[in-house]
Amino acid sequence: MTTDVIEQESHDEHHGDHKMKGMKRWLYTTNHKDIGTLYLWFAFIMLLTGGALAMVIRAELFQPGLQIVDPDFFNQLTTVHGLIMVFGAIMPAFTGFANWMIPMMVGAPDMALPRMNNWSFWILPFAFAILLSSFFMESGAPNFGWTFYAPLSTTYSNGSTAFFVFAVHIMGISSIMGAINIVVTIMNMRAPGMTYMKMPLFVWTFFITAYLLIAVMPVLAGVVTMLLTDTYFGTSFFDAAGGGDPVLFQHIFWFFGHPEVYIMILPAFGIVSTIIPAFARKQLFGYSSMVYATASIAILSFIVWAHHMFTTGMPLFGELFFMYCTMLIAVPTGVKVFNWVATMWRGSMSFETPMLFSIAFVILFTIGGFSGLMLALTPVDFQYHDTYFVVAHFHYVLVTGSLFSIYAGAYFWLPKWTGHMYNESLAKWHFWCSLISVNLLFFPMHFLGLAGMPRRIPDYALQFADFNKWVSIGGFAFGLSQLIFLAVVIKCIRGGEKASAKPWDGAEGLEWTVPSPAPYHTFSTPPKIED
Amino acid sequence: MNKGDELQNSNNKDGSATNQNSKVVKKLMLIVFGMFGFGFALVPLYDVFCDITGLNGKTSTTAAVYNVEKIDTQRVVTVQFISRSAQGIPWKFEPMVREIKVHPGEMKLVKFYAKNESTRDIIGQAVPSVSPGLAAAYFQKIECFCFTQQPLKANEEVEMALQFYVDPELSEDITTITLSYTLYDVTGKVES
Repeated sequence: MTTDVIEQESHDEHHGDHKMKGMKRWLYTTNHKDIGTLYLWFAFIMLLTGGALAMVIRAELFQPGLQIVDPDFFNQLTTVHGLIMVFGAIMPAFTGFANWMIPMMVGAPDMALPRMNNWSFWILPFAFAILLSSFFMESGAPNFGWTFYAPLSTTYSNGSTAFFVFAVHIMGISSIMGAINIVVTIMNMRAPGMTYMKMPLFVWTFFITAYLLIAVMPVLAGVVTMLLTDTYFGTSFFDAAGGGDPVLFQHIFWFFGHPEVYIMILPAFGIVSTIIPAFARKQLFGYSSMVYATASIAILSFIVWAHHMFTTGMPLFGELFFMYCTMLIAVPTGVKVFNWVATMWRGSMSFETPMLFSIAFVILFTIGGFSGLMLALTPVDFQYHDTYFVVAHFHYVLVTGSLFSIYAGAYFWLPKWTGHMYNESLAKWHFWCSLISVNLLFFPMHFLGLAGMPRRIPDYALQFADFNKWVSIGGFAFGLSQLIFLAVVIKCIRGGEKASAKPWDGAEGLEWTVPSPAPYHTFSTPPKIED
Repeated sequence: MNKGDELQNSNNKDGSATNQNSKVVKKLMLIVFGMFGFGFALVPLYDVFCDITGLNGKTSTTAAVYNVEKIDTQRVVTVQFISRSAQGIPWKFEPMVREIKVHPGEMKLVKFYAKNESTRDIIGQAVPSVSPGLAAAYFQKIECFCFTQQPLKANEEVEMALQFYVDPELSEDITTITLSYTLYDVTGKVES
């Protein structure tokens, strides 16, 4: 695909930037690049907040016995850590990428609904302020796990349920608005000639993700509403005493929850599929198979939810159905992994930081995928259920999967965002420190889980002590390593080597046809796309 | 006209970007409201689904009529009774027989003992659950204290009856049925 370079600068001079000064620029902005930046910074702040909670968890688990926090507060830490990382760090970070990159990738001047875009970002800080403020209340923060199973979150709640429910409502509204905006942008604002099957893969994966969000976030809103009325208004959706069923809660929650985990990984597939061809200097091995694989994963995600509930006493037929459906997902996922490997095969590869993170993603995400496959097997799931094996599994897919892809994408597009090249050697330090510490952090958790250490406990039996010590050391090292990233980003914003319009020689896409840093308004005149 | 609108229109082929956008937004909002409703629709759907398949171990909430023609004396099914008081109800509540062996089709009467050990009047509600779940549809209760609520005055005690039979249609694979009762305090929740 070749494109005509559009003369952006002359156009901008005529109209000016319409930027306001100071805080007002950020509060009132409807510019997709500003909003993308806000989302990314917000996500990073949340990553550090959720990370700080995890540091306290790991400090408590450094040795057996109760040292630092009491068990109830420990439960609050694990709950809020999970909620913040899922809804505050990973999801907003991807939305940030979508805001920054999708209009530029499809040759649109901005998002389709810029004012709604502003609103969908600015309600997020309030949601997390509500959630985090509950730490300072008498009753404490939510302590029922990020999955908020009833009746833990209803009958046995510590009084934080209302704060939790309203925070989740706001996060949901924000996500739904963001997703609608993305779908409308992709459907209506593509440059002439940009057919669906010519869209960059990141756009495709986010298109599908946005549909998943639109389909399941309302179900989440519904289930937390039922929780609210069960707790405070005397309904009995999940209360057995009144004829309800607590297992029903798990069904509704995981009907949302399983597509939700793909919401957090599909955009990662898109980012990695953009970066690997750029540094292997080859076309992606199979573009259309990637698109179809992504769509199949999304569709399958709606019929596998009960694999989270094998131990609730499902009949054998149900367990087999959900087991086979879950294992089926390994097929499109395998298509993707082989695609990335085949793209690298005999490529003229170079190993800049975005590529390093992408390769680490492919390997470590695959490890997470395989442990997922193990968990999908009903007979053995009874052993693994609610142990550290599960913790190891979802941290491999979410940290070395989603988070690593976010870092890969950030390094890849930082020159486009800031106009400067980042400091490559500092970035490599960030990569290697993260890679080593993250494996020290999460790999031994597999063994802990297989040996029977349950998750969500502040204390454990003595035989788990050695592994937990190593895990905690890995945790502290991983936490500290993320500060290197902050340093790289700040240095890169302040200065550094000037970046050209296309600093990566193998990169493709419309975003590289505009100067670096990307002007405030791009593609006011749509680019022409040729075959 | 501000810059954003101008840019949007310039990108559109037929010059009605706002129209087209709102069309898509309306469709997507329909999905959003539809799925919000679907979340709630899952509640009755789940009940109906479980009622038909007997998946969640819930027994019928109304009395069954005994109309078994032949008692299957070849088979023996062990029926176990478990009781549990939910948090916050100060009752002593336990089965007077822990386990009995029955032939499918045979009618049996067992008793449960309950005592309100507190100094206030409490209304209790026992909620049954059968394991394995698939046996629930074959565990027929002719009379059960769980069909009604149990008001007990302070320190009052009572023996409560459960009359049941196991349907001979029960799968041969199932040789043990566990009936578990959880007792809840519903004092504030009932209008009496």
